Amino acid sequence: MSLELRNVEKKIGQETHIYETNLKLEKNTINVLLGSTLAGKTTLMQIMAGLDKPTNGEIWFNEKNVTGVKVQKRNVSMVYQQFINYPNFNVYDNIASPLKITGVDSNEIKNRVGKVAELLKLSPMLNKRPNELSGGQQQRTALARALVKDSDLILLDEPLANLDFKLREELREELPKLFEDRDCIVVYATTEPSDALLIGGYTATLLEGKIVQHGKTLEVYNKPNSLQSAQVFSDPPMNIAKIKKLGEVCSLISDDVSWKINSKLKDGEYKVGIRPHNITTYKEGSNSLEISGKVLISELSGSESLIHFTNGDLNWVSLSNGIHQKNVGEQTKLFMNSDEFLYFDESNKLVNNV
Amino acid sequence: MNKTVNQKAWLFVIPVFVLVAFNAIIPLMTVVNYAFQETFGNNVFMWEGTRWFKQILLSDRFHAALGRQILFTLIILFIQIPLGIFIALTMPKEGIGVSVCLVLMSMPLLIPWNVVGAMWNIFALPDIGFLGHSLNALGFDYNFTQQSGDAWFTTVLMDVWHWTSLVVLLSYAGLRSIQPAYYQAAEIDGASRWSVFRHIELPKMKKVLTIAILLRFMDSFMIYTEPFVLTGGGPGNATAFLSIDLVKMALGQFDLGPAAAMSLIYFFIVLTVCWVFYNLMMKNEGQS
Repeated sequence: MSLELRNVEKKIGQETHIYETNLKLEKNTINVLLGSTLAGKTTLMQIMAGLDKPTNGEIWFNEKNVTGVKVQKRNVSMVYQQFINYPNFNVYDNIASPLKITGVDSNEIKNRVGKVAELLKLSPMLNKRPNELSGGQQQRTALARALVKDSDLILLDEPLANLDFKLREELREELPKLFEDRDCIVVYATTEPSDALLIGGYTATLLEGKIVQHGKTLEVYNKPNSLQSAQVFSDPPMNIAKIKKLGEVCSLISDDVSWKINSKLKDGEYKVGIRPHNITTYKEGSNSLEISGKVLISELSGSESLIHFTNGDLNWVSLSNGIHQKNVGEQTKLFMNSDEFLYFDESNKLVNNV
Repeated sequence: MNKTVNQKAWLFVIPVFVLVAFNAIIPLMTVVNYAFQETFGNNVFMWEGTRWFKQILLSDRFHAALGRQILFTLIILFIQIPLGIFIALTMPKEGIGVSVCLVLMSMPLLIPWNVVGAMWNIFALPDIGFLGHSLNALGFDYNFTQQSGDAWFTTVLMDVWHWTSLVVLLSYAGLRSIQPAYYQAAEIDGASRWSVFRHIELPKMKKVLTIAILLRFMDSFMIYTEPFVLTGGGPGNATAFLSIDLVKMALGQFDLGPAAAMSLIYFFIVLTVCWVFYNLMMKNEGQS
């Protein structure tokens, strides 16, 4: 089983929503589409589902061309950001609805709904209507509807975005387990890099209608092929600074911080991408560099401190474990872990291991 | 802790209170006053207790008017609500068609009521009116000034023309507020057009439809101007609905007492029906 987009392109009027895209999703995988709002995640999913036709290109499923085949004939299910359930059905009937339409017999329906409801912890509320449920339970119902049907393709379009923090965390942990023993392809769209890391599987980073990179989630995270991919896959946003390389020494252009690298890179100007958690108030790694700056904002959350500071003409973001109180305007010293630096050339390609 | 006493707040309440008193409470109380007394003019009143209420409630005339009124309202609701929903469903969802339709739909609502009556009166005249003349030319024996069936037909048609738009606009607003994802989800399920209507659109429109039915019930139950101009309640008493009958009694015959009692009964019926209906419709509504 596989789903393949071949040279798919989507235009609406003069506007291109999806630029020519090739993407192959393999059997039994979870694939995260990661990108900001309007990056084209939803459009791409609708094309995959058959809810929308691509302007150009083809969609192949199981080595069969399914371009233009209607969604009802494709055995697809989808979960949306909004909690979509039939408003006047109770939870049981909602979950059963896709089965009833396809004419599964009632014992079988009972059996399957029971199982899925158990899995999603909905058993105690099968007789309630959607508007009597919390947001989390409504979304569980919608998920159950998607799971009950044994679809070949399950599309989840930011399913957790409308939930409040606690419920989101809870459901996010359960999600990968739900799909473990299933014979299907799961596509999960999200704006949050942390979702992708938690769910694992494969990730495709999207930017303005283009797939920048597709691969195993950790590989995409650790070795982004380009600056764009790294930026999409970094939250808080990645720090990007221009550097100069001369022989073995690299130095920031905006400040006199310099370090040695072992690389055959040509001398010249590069960009370095530093994820916020690699700039900390304490030393980390064997090659830590000191950087000083003026604190702009410091945000403390339960176990982390986010410190925004200026150095040279750039605004930097750092993320440290633990609580580190800094005053606004204060001059402070922070440490960058240079082992984790990502180097990009002029055309924004990653050049780390050249 | 000492609370400071500050009576200035009353200054803000009094204007509203005075306004409501003058436009609602005092006129209503005058009617209540008449309903329990007999007068022969000259500002001389005599206490009559509940006599007028008994008289009205037992009178054949009131029963007949009430019967006509209920029948009229039921016909109106059974035509306008489904028709309004149907038109709203067929209206375009985007593009220039939306504004065109909305403007066209609003037109009848903008015409003053007595103008509607006058328009339809002329329109339906059997000798010179377009509708009346055409119907007769087609072989129908149509004359709304003489045949009560034709008078009803014309009155109903006029009301449908005048007020269906309101139902359309409300339903359309309700339909537009349904997120597209609902339709997509139904499409993925393979649900039929009827199921989409029955299980998504109708439940989602429930609130606006409740409002639409309430408004149409109240308006049609209290209808006066249009049939007054169109048929004057005739032929005979065929289209003398409650309001028309009430005005005849109060101003034509100057029976202030019975007319006041009838007003109160009339008011009470409208109020009760609205209250019962609203509570029934909203009984199973949750938070959202």
